Amino acid sequence: MQQTDLESRVLSALDEVMDPEIRGLSLVDLGMVERVEVTDGRVRVELIPTYVGCPALGLMKADVEARVAAVPGVEAVTVEFLRKPLWTSDRITPRGRERLKSVGIAPPCGSGPAVHWTPECPYCGSTQVQRENVFGPTSCRSIFYCSACRNPFEAIKPV
Amino acid sequence: MDLPRVTSADEARSDPVFHRALVELLYQVADDDLTLGQRGAEWLGLVPHIEEDVAFSSITQDMIGHALAIYELLAELGEGRADDLAYFRAPGAFRNAVLTERENGEGTYLDSPRFDWAYAVVRQYVYQRFKRLRLEALVRSRYEPLADLAEKMLREQFYHLYHWEVWMEQLTGRTAEAQRRLTAAWERVLADAPALASLGPREAEILASGVLPGPLAGPFRQALAEAARAFGLPATEAWTVPEPSGRDGRHSPALPPMLEHMAEVYRTAPSAAW
Repeated sequence: MQQTDLESRVLSALDEVMDPEIRGLSLVDLGMVERVEVTDGRVRVELIPTYVGCPALGLMKADVEARVAAVPGVEAVTVEFLRKPLWTSDRITPRGRERLKSVGIAPPCGSGPAVHWTPECPYCGSTQVQRENVFGPTSCRSIFYCSACRNPFEAIKPV
Repeated sequence: MDLPRVTSADEARSDPVFHRALVELLYQVADDDLTLGQRGAEWLGLVPHIEEDVAFSSITQDMIGHALAIYELLAELGEGRADDLAYFRAPGAFRNAVLTERENGEGTYLDSPRFDWAYAVVRQYVYQRFKRLRLEALVRSRYEPLADLAEKMLREQFYHLYHWEVWMEQLTGRTAEAQRRLTAAWERVLADAPALASLGPREAEILASGVLPGPLAGPFRQALAEAARAFGLPATEAWTVPEPSGRDGRHSPALPPMLEHMAEVYRTAPSAAW
């Protein structure tokens, strides 16, 4: 019983660790948390890295360590990045997709990398959108423009 | 090939022949991305327009990230810390192909850069075309950690190759000047391209060990022939590995100053955290 309590406290702590490059989106929303193991106060968190070269991974790891270590009853934390399974943009959870939209980023559509894809504008829902740049402020994002509401927006690349 | 898969660094280290071939190939793969990534970084702020700056720097960041991931595999195999592998090795220890180390043009990014955009486009296009083939082969590598990584890199690299394909299409058949510059760059890049597919002095071991499931020169030549047709460029006839190729540690004079500049900050304070 005690164990289960601790486990759920660790899980809620993880849900508060935000992507340092997309505030408001947690690592859980991103589908990065693969496994959490709790043994007598020792916690092991297994994460799946998003992009191979994502410069935010080190920060995420440090944030997870600090956040989980602060949970009462936790004595030690280890965080490991797994090579398998692969992170794909399909792993973003339904809540994560909603949260992305709320910060003006279109969630990915389709499965796997594609030359063309048509995201819905996160502001007005229109699909009258043009891609301005496959690349954006981070590896995982592209830049679009919505012809309906005339807003530029970002979109998560399908990978 | 029915050799069993090698699933961990410990297992690889217990087989000296396999280990030696694996380490050799990993340096080639990582050093290609690191050096061409550095050349790409030198373009920051100098490319034709702002959206290209965003795209090229993003691609460059991914390339250096891919190099880092491979250096981490090397670290697990007993080669030392990943950062040290990138910043402390002497030029003679680098295994990148000469294509990836060539200067961007005249001058340096700090002093009168008169860089050649056509060369940047063609070199990146040809390199990414090659990288696609190599990653597709590495997905079937006998070394499982490498195969897993290659699968992940392929998904990201899809957008890199696509980006340079778009540039090749945009420059093809437009103005006479564009075609002339594209052709000149193509000829320069093609003279170096065979070095990419070369596996260096340990080629036989690399292939026999199953680290790389098959030679890449054939499929690469075919891909370049298709590209030449698609973009109205001269066909690839000769296929001679340039001397030096880079794959055996002998390089052009362009490499040492680039590495020195790249490592300048790290070498000032190796223990600092950035």
